[in-house]
Amino acid sequence: MMPGKWLDIGPTTQIEPGMAATLPVEGGEEIAVFHTVNGRFYALVNSCPHRQGPLSQGIVHGDSVTCPLHNWRISLSTGAALGDDSGCTPTIPLKIDGGRLFLLREAVVAPRGAAGPRAA
Amino acid sequence: MNAQTRMEDMVSAREKLVVIGNGMAGCRAVEEILERDGDRYDITIFGAEPRVNYNRIMLSPVLAGEKTFDEIVINSAEWYAENDIELVSGDPVSHIDRTAKTVLSQSGRVEPYDKLLIATGSDPFIVPIPGNDLAGVITFRDLDDVDKMLAAAEKGGDAVVIGGGLLGLEAAHGLSLRGMKVTVVHLMPTLMERQLDEAAGYLLRQELEKRGQTILTGANTKVIHGMEGHVAGIELEDGTRLKADIVVMAAGIKPATGLAKSAGLECERGIVVDDHMVTSDPDILAVGECVQHRGACYGLVAPLWEMCRSLADHLTDAPTGYAGSVTSTKLKVSGIDLFSAGDFSGGDDCEDIVMRDAARGVYKRVVLKDNKLIGAVLYGDTADGNWYFDLLKKEEDVSDIREGLIFGQAFASGGALADPNAAVAALSDDAEICGCNGVSKGKVVQCINDGAHSLDAVRSQCKASASCGSCTGLVESLLSLTLGGEVESGPASTCKCTSFTHDDVRRLIVEKQLKEIPQVMQELHWTTPDGCSSCRPALNYYLLCAWPGEYEDDQKSRFVNERLHANIQKDGTYSVVPRMWGGVTSPKELRAIADVVEKYDARMVKVTGGQRLDIFGIRKEDLPAVWADLNAAGMVSGHAYGKSLRTVKTCVGSEWCRFGTQDSTGLGIKIEQMTWGSWMPHKFKIAVSGCPRNCAEATIKDFGVVCVDSGYELHVGGNGGIKVRATDLLCKVETEEEAMEHCAAFIQLYREDAHYLERTAPWLERKGLDWIKAQMFDDPERVGRLARRFRYSQQFMQDDPWARRAAGERADLHRHLATVRPMETEYA
Ligand code: SRM
Ligand SMILES: Cc1cc2nc3c(=O)[nH]c(=O)nc-3n(C[C@H](O)[C@H](O)[C@H](O)COP(=O)(O)OP(=O)(O)OC[C@H]3O[C@@H](n4cnc5c(N)ncnc54)[C@H](O)[C@@H]3O)c2cc1C
Ligand code: SF4
Ligand code: FES
Repeated sequence: MMPGKWLDIGPTTQIEPGMAATLPVEGGEEIAVFHTVNGRFYALVNSCPHRQGPLSQGIVHGDSVTCPLHNWRISLSTGAALGDDSGCTPTIPLKIDGGRLFLLREAVVAPRGAAGPRAA
Repeated sequence: MNAQTRMEDMVSAREKLVVIGNGMAGCRAVEEILERDGDRYDITIFGAEPRVNYNRIMLSPVLAGEKTFDEIVINSAEWYAENDIELVSGDPVSHIDRTAKTVLSQSGRVEPYDKLLIATGSDPFIVPIPGNDLAGVITFRDLDDVDKMLAAAEKGGDAVVIGGGLLGLEAAHGLSLRGMKVTVVHLMPTLMERQLDEAAGYLLRQELEKRGQTILTGANTKVIHGMEGHVAGIELEDGTRLKADIVVMAAGIKPATGLAKSAGLECERGIVVDDHMVTSDPDILAVGECVQHRGACYGLVAPLWEMCRSLADHLTDAPTGYAGSVTSTKLKVSGIDLFSAGDFSGGDDCEDIVMRDAARGVYKRVVLKDNKLIGAVLYGDTADGNWYFDLLKKEEDVSDIREGLIFGQAFASGGALADPNAAVAALSDDAEICGCNGVSKGKVVQCINDGAHSLDAVRSQCKASASCGSCTGLVESLLSLTLGGEVESGPASTCKCTSFTHDDVRRLIVEKQLKEIPQVMQELHWTTPDGCSSCRPALNYYLLCAWPGEYEDDQKSRFVNERLHANIQKDGTYSVVPRMWGGVTSPKELRAIADVVEKYDARMVKVTGGQRLDIFGIRKEDLPAVWADLNAAGMVSGHAYGKSLRTVKTCVGSEWCRFGTQDSTGLGIKIEQMTWGSWMPHKFKIAVSGCPRNCAEATIKDFGVVCVDSGYELHVGGNGGIKVRATDLLCKVETEEEAMEHCAAFIQLYREDAHYLERTAPWLERKGLDWIKAQMFDDPERVGRLARRFRYSQQFMQDDPWARRAAGERADLHRHLATVRPMETEYA
């Protein structure tokens, strides 16, 4: 069976608005899936561009998250650090269909920043 | 005979167009085609509903009793006759044969086509729960549904509406006008979350509740209970049961693609069409809610007008193309003005302009990106909705009118806008600046000239902007107009989301009885829709302190340590510190800690500076299990993570020490048992030393007790840490009970007055020791009253958060969604 292009990660209702949930990837980098108070969903690598703080644990406000370690503010849509800080966290394409969340499979298992398949 | 032949020639010369769906899009498409070329097609329309085409969106006013069916008919029987259209109503199409190019209806009728148009609209989404097929479960899509609701409403009783979106709220409104007791059950925390932001959703909810509806948000329906085959009630995931005589399913819609799918047309969420509304079969078109165009499905009428135009252009050989629509929404509930358009989810590359007028119940927000308007949400005053929508659709550059934009068209186009100061300068001296306190521009200017050179000074001297604060911007303009650059800045505001200071916010929460974060933001004119990581935790604390037992803690406004009840470490793991009362421990506790260290592979266990043990390197998934083990040995959370009581350090005292004057260990334990669990503006540390040698370092603690022969010296406002500050002596008391009473009173004074993230040392320096003494001692009753308030709030705070998590509460915070394995293994 051919795996689909999109990876079903379950219903949208499993993440409360204003919160995030984590998705470890074996041999890869953990992903954080965010649900904003305004009902938007985003997926990013769960790692702050500053010193790899787990973004999933930050306070979500508007479409950004404040990293729990040193308060950098990261854009959920682009992954870029906001304000005076600079750096960028990879984002994962996400879509919603029939009340379920899907992540682009190749982005989930692709190595950080680069293209091509990830070595397991 | 001749004539007959000519007719037949003509008929056969006309191409045959069959339309499936006698709804808003199907009929509009036909109208558009007729307008372009009335003779081109021989048209047959199949409709599942046994009636002519009507305006579906007006079903809501029909339900509410504001319109009759006749008033909402769009195409009467005469229209079909005049245009030579055959309407086959009450007979849905059940099959499409693309090879033979025919359609088959339920009654067995076969109709050939040259061009086929699918306009089947949407089906209501039926939540997949037990009982969803009981009699009395009603959807809200067509006239039959309305008739069913009206019949039920005649008997009165309880209605539960599942879904707090546009449809659900309009159904709820209609049913409540028809005399039913209505409860809306909505999965998301905010009503109409797709059209409204949290702030506007909050106002809407307040208004609906005022009108007698019950609104349950964050509520997931688990089952619909029945009796003798009819609905009797519903049960929510959390166990709540509600009585119901009818249940209206308004949880969403899904494009009606069944027919197209079984004919083998390409479908995703909807029937996939190109810019000319052509499906994957060039002779079959589709339009309306059933289609998916450039990835988007729509649930509103405006896009389908545009789709129909492009479809008709194509079918009359003058193709233009449809490029997708921007939509706007209004709620058709009389007396509620609400408008939303475009993308208002905001974001870092966007700029929000928010205006709130609490007195009038108005909330307005526009979102700009690259100097263009991309979204708008209006509540309470929607007069400018169309103007904003127009700016949005035209993608006009609004930098020139940016300053006045939020005030609406009249203001922004008034000329004097690029500089808001100019607009204020142009006001006459009598113009009212502050509506709450009736202060005119002339008075404010005079007050400034008389020496009020800061916002705060103006507020205290002439009251302008001292109440609701909505005129703050105007007063600031007057300050800079009158003084040029010499405006003095007053105390800093809470954060960039508001012009109110911490003191203002705390005072107004109590004065105005504000009890929820969105309510504070609305009433105090927050300039961002949902605050930031500075103000959210602060508001959460202020509300928690003001309304003990009543306010429900907002987990998403908590810093991670307070949300997970452990301290996050640089590698993303957590440290766990169980409470060790007064620094005293036992073999049982030590054994439990040792076991946890081994069982969960903790990388380090360390004695802290706070007289207890810290276990390092626990993963968030393991936290509940670790806590369960520690709980089993009688230990509770040490709140090493909290803006709360940390530790009470003690020394050995009179029980062992040759110099000890009192039982400092015992008193420390009692104090810790009284104060643990309390949330505070910042962390709070206590120590009790048995004599002035002060081995517990009580004089650098927030509250320190130094025992002496004649009693207890109470010290306050000390700090180790970044800037060392020794305590000030508050007073001396004779008994343990008095020491504890004063400790409780001092903590409560700090809790009720200090700014969030202000420790006692800077707080005391800001307020002065005299002020603190006056607050506590001027009135002999005061210490008792403060201590009582502290004890009252402790009733609700002293329940071990670890125990609740270990028992399964908020398991979602500790677990992963799933684990992804690389593809090779995933499909092996
Ligand atoms: C574990 C411990 C160090 C140790 O190994 O001994 C510690 C560890 C941390 N301290 Fe501390 N402090 C610890 C005792 C102290 C003490 C000594 C004391 O309490 O007697 C002080 C000075 C006394 C004081 O607070 O006035 C102290 C002054 C600070 C400060 C500076 C506070 C200030 O007002 O200047 C911070 C920073 C802050 O809070 O913003 C801080 C912050 C921290 C944080 C929470 C840093 C952080 O935000 O991650 C560290 C968390 C460690 C963890 O994950 O558990 N820690 N910290 C001690 C835990 C005590 C306990 O049992 O709860
Ligand atoms: C109560 C209510 C209030 C609304 N309020 C608003 C509003 O305020 N603003 C707004 O913009 N939109 C509103 N809408 C949405 C709006 O009505 C729809 O967007 C619009 O009707 C879609 O048109 P359509 O032709 O695609 O579907 P429909 O109007 O639903 O037409 C589809 C028709 O096809 C028929 N059909 C389905 N399958 C078959 C078959 N196999 N054979 C024959 N016939 C079939 C259906 O019975 C139906 O009559 C509202 C909708 C409802 C229900
Ligand atoms: S002194 Fe600094 S490094 Fe050491 S625990 Fe405290 S905050 Fe961390
Ligand atoms: S690791 Fe995120 S701010 Fe430092």
